[in-house]
Amino acid sequence: MAQAAAHHSHDHDHGHHDPQELKMLGFWIFLVTDVILFSTLFATFVVLRNNTAGGPGGAELFNMTGVIIETFLLLTSSFTSGLAVLAMNKGSMKGLINWLIVTAILGLGFIGFEVYEFVEIVHEGANFGTSAFLSAFFTLVGTHGLHVSLGLVWMIGLMFQLKKRGLTPETKGKVSALSLYWHFLDAVWIFLLTVVYLMGVM
Amino acid sequence: MAQHQSGAGSHGHDDSHGSVKSYVIGFILSIVLTIIPLGVVMNHMLSRTSTMVVILAAAVLQFLVQLFFFMHIRESNGPRWNVMTLIFGIVILLTVVGGSVWIMEYNMVAH
Repeated sequence: MAQAAAHHSHDHDHGHHDPQELKMLGFWIFLVTDVILFSTLFATFVVLRNNTAGGPGGAELFNMTGVIIETFLLLTSSFTSGLAVLAMNKGSMKGLINWLIVTAILGLGFIGFEVYEFVEIVHEGANFGTSAFLSAFFTLVGTHGLHVSLGLVWMIGLMFQLKKRGLTPETKGKVSALSLYWHFLDAVWIFLLTVVYLMGVM
Repeated sequence: MAQHQSGAGSHGHDDSHGSVKSYVIGFILSIVLTIIPLGVVMNHMLSRTSTMVVILAAAVLQFLVQLFFFMHIRESNGPRWNVMTLIFGIVILLTVVGGSVWIMEYNMVAH
């Protein structure tokens, strides 16, 4: 303990002496700011959800089969991204890469279904400008979809970096942050499913 | 205290970062907490108010399951700054969402 105190002579907070742990806290704070971003979009959606301007509402537009498939794809991918971290902690590069590939494929499936859903809704004549409800809907669900897409780009880039550099403290930290991000996106989706889709078709 | 230093070289909480068992339990609980609201809404099993209560409760419970079983919120050494920032974020979330709904739905003079 005396040695540790000498090494880290910060006059405050002995909890975060590990730089990697500090990075994870920084990433966590980013996620909390993302919570705030989504809170504004959720508030906008909830306020405008009945302002359909004579256009179609959620009950007519939503294809619940697709939404249920999206939900289970994302939930399973959140689970497999956790398994990837477990494989990494065991030192298994092969397990890590394989679970990341499974996670990425499930994530791509999610995005595929979401894009299909959006295209279908627009084809029914309900686009971004049709009503306040649809503007809020596309902004809220689209922002989540954009997060998932960016997460996929990050995941694929990280797989190349893992192949190149192997398991170092840096790459391990990135995998942990990515996994945390992925769990977070699944948590946001739970509320999208509940507030947008389930309450929309109720 | 010596225990604290052991994993510091790589990640800090490698040895405590969950197990297959905790992920499987979290996954199963999440599936159950997804199927309950889907079943209630798709089969019109309850009245409107009860449905709202059930699906919101299931969402909050599932969020907690993910937080504890997947995101391992409990497992950090020292002061739990992550929990504190999360509580701060949730306070802002409830203020923004609750405040907007309250103002726009219940205090509207001219609709």
